[in-house]
Amino acid sequence: MGYFMIKELSLLVVLLPLAGSLIAGLFGKKIGIRATQAITIFMMIGSFISALFIFNAVIFGGQSFDGALYTWVESGSFHFDVGFLIDQLTAIMMVVVTFVATIVHIYSIGYMKGDSGNQRFFCYMSGFTFAMLMLVTANNFMQLFFGWEGVGLVSYLLIGFWYEKESAAVGSLKAFLVNRVGDFGFLLGIAAILDYCGSLNYSTVFAKMSTLSLTTISILPHHPWSIITVICILLFIGAMGKSAQMPLHVWLPESMEGPTPISALIHAATMVTAGVFMVARMSPIFELSPVALSVVMIVGATGALLLGLLAFVEFDIKRVIAYSTMSQLGYMMAANGASAFNAGIFHLMTHACFKALLFLAAGSVIIAMHHEQDLRKMGNLKKYLPITYITFLIGALALAAIPPTAGFFSKDAVIDAVHASTIVGAHYCYIVLLIGAFVTAYYIFRAFFMAFHTKEKMDEHTRSHLKEHWVMLFPLILLAIPSLLLGIFIVKPMLYDTPGFLGNSVTVLPQYNVLAQMGTQFHGVWHQIKDCIFTLPFWFSVSGIFCAWFMVIVAPQCQTFFAKRFSWIRRLFIAQYGFDIFNNWFFVRGGRAMSEFFFHTGDLKIIDAGMVDGSGRNVSRVSSLLRKLQSGYLYQYVFVMIVGLLGFLIWLVW
Amino acid sequence: MIPLINYLMIGAILFALGFVGIIINRRNIIMLMMCIELMLLAVNTNFIAFAQYFNDPSGEIFVFFILTVAAVEAAIGLAILVLLYRRSGSIDVKDISALRG
Repeated sequence: MGYFMIKELSLLVVLLPLAGSLIAGLFGKKIGIRATQAITIFMMIGSFISALFIFNAVIFGGQSFDGALYTWVESGSFHFDVGFLIDQLTAIMMVVVTFVATIVHIYSIGYMKGDSGNQRFFCYMSGFTFAMLMLVTANNFMQLFFGWEGVGLVSYLLIGFWYEKESAAVGSLKAFLVNRVGDFGFLLGIAAILDYCGSLNYSTVFAKMSTLSLTTISILPHHPWSIITVICILLFIGAMGKSAQMPLHVWLPESMEGPTPISALIHAATMVTAGVFMVARMSPIFELSPVALSVVMIVGATGALLLGLLAFVEFDIKRVIAYSTMSQLGYMMAANGASAFNAGIFHLMTHACFKALLFLAAGSVIIAMHHEQDLRKMGNLKKYLPITYITFLIGALALAAIPPTAGFFSKDAVIDAVHASTIVGAHYCYIVLLIGAFVTAYYIFRAFFMAFHTKEKMDEHTRSHLKEHWVMLFPLILLAIPSLLLGIFIVKPMLYDTPGFLGNSVTVLPQYNVLAQMGTQFHGVWHQIKDCIFTLPFWFSVSGIFCAWFMVIVAPQCQTFFAKRFSWIRRLFIAQYGFDIFNNWFFVRGGRAMSEFFFHTGDLKIIDAGMVDGSGRNVSRVSSLLRKLQSGYLYQYVFVMIVGLLGFLIWLVW
Repeated sequence: MIPLINYLMIGAILFALGFVGIIINRRNIIMLMMCIELMLLAVNTNFIAFAQYFNDPSGEIFVFFILTVAAVEAAIGLAILVLLYRRSGSIDVKDISALRG
């Protein structure tokens, strides 16, 4: 396969979902539900197969493509193309995105059965895949931003898919608004790049960046900041919004109001990882700024622990998994911050598989329970949903990083990388991530035991209808396989080989290269599995599972004890550390107060009463004074005339 | 020879009388027009006095023009007055205030 073929294939990968989306959106009602599903899924499979070919050509064939396809905007000296950058990183992301998207499309046949919005759903979902692929294939910041906004838009549409539900409408709005905050930073970052580099093409920008290392910018007077750090932080603010990092994470729990396949595809496997991908893609910039790397690592690690803790008190099965998503995204960010971009992307891949698996399994439970999501109303489901049980267990093991699942390799690598890192904050992050490993294992197995073990708590009617749909099981099995085995096969080429899967598509400076350091201690996959009993993360995870088992199955009364004893912690968790309260108080109420001020004082008083009505009123007031001069009596006019004449005369003579 | 100042005084007095007549007369428009004539005559007196003083006949010529125009003006004014009386039945200055704001 030549250079030419990669370009053609990537066009195919990107445009097939778009075609599917357009057909489903424009002609969906005409061709019917079956045909819509068939077409979109066919397009997705085509896209996935093309992505596999590209993967093969890029990773094993060593080819790449970086070039423009189409000129979109030409304005003065600014020239903007739609272009592709197909290298190892992009190829991996393409495969991950199309793989999960295909599976979720198939799964949605079963999940959305009987829903009147089927065509709309498939249209949005294919549209999302298109936008996400545009994001990962971009070779310039403008296209990246296009994809970035595109996935945000579709995310908004899909969270509010059941827009009759008020919580869904509110949730979608919240997601949209919080993402705007992040996007604002992102846009500022792009603007700064355009300003300082004069171009938005990745290759040009990356080449130019190293020359800017001494350039500073004064945002506050007398505090010169390195421009690279400023750009990195601004870009990272965008990533914080999209990847639900603290403190811009508040939208992700609300996003669970959307249909479960969407939670799996967008809010777990692909879109929320866009920030992680972006940071990895921008590695040549981030590597130049140790401050930015530290910020990325600390924000990521803090979120990994704190947001995971919130899942302790959550009883909605989807929200538990949502918090775990935020926590895992924190892990990926921490890996990026430690310059272990390979580990970050590796965790992104395995996470995409096992988190999609967990969500889809949860969806299977939810459908079987007739849209009941409360864990307290489940129990002993393993008897009724055996395949869901097994696949959920695999997903949970992978999430808890128990060997030999995929999650074990990736999460271990992340924690080790942070451990090996020497930048500011690395020690703190290592400890936080270790505790996070315990937390992760605890909350996911708490949910697992509550749903699938313990006593049955559902009512008779639900119990008699508990069954699994084959069309939803098939995707579960497809995802369980990579969740279980992916790590064993790709951990070595992904992390330790040179050149590995990612080759030179990410840049790591030698002084930060923690993976090379870890590679010296790597003696093969089986060795690593055997050695895990000597490592801390493994024991943290195991103790988490054990605690969950103890608290849920053996001694449920412990829960009430802890709830009473540490009620303030519990209240803190339920309030989600007060972020929502603060946002409501500061931004919502503050915004409302400000609007009230501008409405009542600015608009009603100054503009309406003062300027619009006021000018009219003043004219009539002044003229009512002036009309008194117009008495209509001739002798007065004459008098004024003469006095005026005299005045002029005096003025003239003077 | 009567000095110039006497003529000018006469003119000024006549002018002032006309002016005051206009200001304080609140009843009759005919009186008003007569006062205007008086003021014009005062100006004419000045013209003639200066013409004599400077020995320049153009002032005297000017007086003829003014007298002609004043006669025309009086004719038109009286015509308007007649029409006004037919319309409103009054020639009272106080009643003629259609331009009142």
